[in-house]
Amino acid sequence: MSSKDSLCQKFTEKAELVSAFVTTIKTEDEALDYTINLCDKKQACQLLVSGCEEGLSDKAGELCETKQTKVIAAPGLKKTLYKELAAKSEKAGFNCIDSGMRDLLAGIDIGFTYAEYGIADTGTLMLDCPGEELRLSTMISEFHVCVLPTSKIKANTYEVEKMMLTRMKKTPDYMAYITGASRTADIERVLALGVHGPLELHILLLEDD
Amino acid sequence: MQKAHDLKEYRDELRESLDNDFLRTTLDNFAIAYRAGRANAFKDMDVRSLINDIAESKDIAGKNADKLFRDFKRNAEAAGIHVHFAKDGAEANAIIAKIAKDTGCKKIVKSKSMTAEETLLNHDLEDEGLEVTETDLGEWIIQLRHEGPSHMVMPAIHLSRYQVGELFTEVTGKEQDAEIEKLVKVARRELRQKYIEADMGITGANFAVAETGGIGLVTNEGNARLVSTLPRVHVALMGLDKLLPSLHDALRILKALPRNATGQQITSYVTWITGANECLSAEDGKKEIHYVMLDNGRSELVNDPLFSQVNRCVRCGACANVCPVYRLVGGHKMGHIYIGAIGLILTYFFHGKDKAKNLVQNCINCEACKDVCAGGIDLPRLIKDIHARIQDEDGHPLPSMLLGKVLKNRKLFHTLLRAAKWGQKPVAEKDGFIRHLPMIFSKEHSFRALPTIAEKPFRDWWKENKIKVKNPKHRVALFSGCVQDFVYPEQMQAAVELFQNNEVSMTYPMEQSCCGLPVQMMGEMKASKDVAIQNLRAFETDAYDYIITLCASCAAHLKHNYPKLVADNPRLKAKAEEFASKVIDYSSFVNDVLKVEASAFTKTGEKATYHAPCHLCRGLDVHEAPRELIEKGGLEYVECTEEEVCCGFGGTFSMKFPELSAELLNKKLNNVEATGADTLLTDCPGCIMQLRGGLKARDSHVKVKHVSEVLAKNKK
Repeated sequence: MSSKDSLCQKFTEKAELVSAFVTTIKTEDEALDYTINLCDKKQACQLLVSGCEEGLSDKAGELCETKQTKVIAAPGLKKTLYKELAAKSEKAGFNCIDSGMRDLLAGIDIGFTYAEYGIADTGTLMLDCPGEELRLSTMISEFHVCVLPTSKIKANTYEVEKMMLTRMKKTPDYMAYITGASRTADIERVLALGVHGPLELHILLLEDD
Repeated sequence: MQKAHDLKEYRDELRESLDNDFLRTTLDNFAIAYRAGRANAFKDMDVRSLINDIAESKDIAGKNADKLFRDFKRNAEAAGIHVHFAKDGAEANAIIAKIAKDTGCKKIVKSKSMTAEETLLNHDLEDEGLEVTETDLGEWIIQLRHEGPSHMVMPAIHLSRYQVGELFTEVTGKEQDAEIEKLVKVARRELRQKYIEADMGITGANFAVAETGGIGLVTNEGNARLVSTLPRVHVALMGLDKLLPSLHDALRILKALPRNATGQQITSYVTWITGANECLSAEDGKKEIHYVMLDNGRSELVNDPLFSQVNRCVRCGACANVCPVYRLVGGHKMGHIYIGAIGLILTYFFHGKDKAKNLVQNCINCEACKDVCAGGIDLPRLIKDIHARIQDEDGHPLPSMLLGKVLKNRKLFHTLLRAAKWGQKPVAEKDGFIRHLPMIFSKEHSFRALPTIAEKPFRDWWKENKIKVKNPKHRVALFSGCVQDFVYPEQMQAAVELFQNNEVSMTYPMEQSCCGLPVQMMGEMKASKDVAIQNLRAFETDAYDYIITLCASCAAHLKHNYPKLVADNPRLKAKAEEFASKVIDYSSFVNDVLKVEASAFTKTGEKATYHAPCHLCRGLDVHEAPRELIEKGGLEYVECTEEEVCCGFGGTFSMKFPELSAELLNKKLNNVEATGADTLLTDCPGCIMQLRGGLKARDSHVKVKHVSEVLAKNKK
């Protein structure tokens, strides 16, 4: 096995260990189709936001009313790709946005992003998101779909250290390692996914060379 | 929080925890799952060298804290961040309240921060009329219950889903059932509302990186990202101990922190913030960020020759995860605000002597915390030292002072032991136990029977039976310790028997006395040192190849503590180091030095299980030798569950906290009996006293022996 393949394999194995869904794709188009399909299949009741079905206080319940349609947020994409995604979304009946995340804090269905790097030994995505829209799309989405070009997978954090430093020194910066979905084990140590952040993380490994 | 005024009140509090079945079961399950989870997370990694590297890097950071803070401040300010320094908790809280006032903030969302717990930040902010909401699920739960955290990483580990369900019913005004998945979703929705309304977000920081002026935050839930993104003002409160020179130092700690804390390879989110980043709800589109750097005694700590190592703590909470006492009583009783082993130490420095004085006595000295610490901090030693400091300041309690005085005078001590032999006559049974407990013991001690003092101490037997060995291959000195000298001399005699058959010439210096560990455990450092000097003088170190002891606790104390105890005297220190280098435990000597063979013993095939004394497995890092000897000695070794967990003796600990000792023993004996073995072997007379006494009290058929006894018996 080539070293690249073994890095991919390690990355996949580690990411799946923390309940991420990893899929290999050959083109960006496949990533868009995956996202549209996922959004389509997501939840029987189209407008239900995670947790709204539970008994909430009146105030928290009001927030659930603010969402009217399924939303895919994809800020920070290159223009051509965003255009394609927006067209596909419209066709499927979803709202595709690249800004205005603060008006949708009740939650959006899917955040679609590109990762800067992948870290194989922990199955981690590295996303640099100094822009707030991009950052929020990875936080308030119920499903986070992230494209990771396989050429960007590094063995461990030390190998991204230099890159991190370069970006950190070009302040201001806000960078994230994301590994699996949001999780908690605070009640009786029972693992529950999606406490504040995404309930699911989907990683699309794009074979780019 | 710690409220007890004296040890008696503290013991009453502990008893309440012992009666909490839910807590006990949760912590038991956690302790067992954690061990497996951690081992798995560190699989194929060189953990020791990682810990050493972290210790070294944190030590350097501690020494340079002033410079690091200057660099950190300069770089952060250049990136548009306001940096404050607070000498204590009150000052930190006042700074944060003022920031809220100056920026017109009313509603605050907080991400979990132990430093904010330390300064009791919420109380002060609420007094200023601000609304503060914790967003970490566990923290939110305990905030709603007006409690403090009971674990560093899992603050609400003491609560059941039913308690949380009832609490959420109250909070939402809607009936909630106790399904965890649903409760988590309720929290998700309820708290989302809070993020939206908040104008200020408060976080802690896991790393403060001087070279970038940025911070790193480690979370699983993702709340720290929302707290640091949505509100227009972000305040990060952190202790000086979070300062690191470089990103590399932070990445190194990140390798150990989640693995050691929860057995995760990494947390779901690690967030790196440098500079005043974009915030679309702020007027100028930029977030206002403030870093509040807290001292609160930390700069004094890093200058202390012994306690500077406290700066290495990365707040992973692993010391609680493995602590057998924490496992029994939980974090509210095993700490004040910081919990577990490090909690006992930090309580003294951050919250004062009164909060710490009872807590520091509740360490059984099993060294499990030291073994697991991500920064390699010698936690048990520091706890004992604080105990001693408090006694020096407040006066020594009578029993520990008396024991100290007695041990300093070997002749008096041995005379008292000999007198006890006569004193016990009326209550001594033929089976080697005392019929009923002497008056000084309360009924809480009845969980185990106590042994009688032997008819003839080992030292008297040795005088009459000095063994001469022709053509010796090894020259050794025997160190008996008090228990084997006066209670179980037959264990020493068994060793002598085997040694003489293996060309070992032996010396037993008559001036030797108690090793001194019991008085050190009671916080009598001066007496401990005096006893150490007596023993060092009793041994002509250069005349032997090895100094052998059959007591794991003596061995670990002689080896690790003697050089430290006499460190201020160069001549004695050199002697202590030579002495320490020759100290070896019985099993290692017989298995690794004498290299006895199975052919030298009769095979009985009898099933035997093993209890690993804390001071052997962790104190001396000896694991295989005794198990190999059991097999070589003709027995069939059956592994016992939690074999390396403390039996609850802890020397004087079992006198001070009999209820805790009884519970630890109970678990141990249940595990032992479950093996189906008829014989339980171990390498420490203290453990033997505890285990044998406990088995006698529960009328068990299992017999306890020192490894030396079996080898002598089965020797061909």
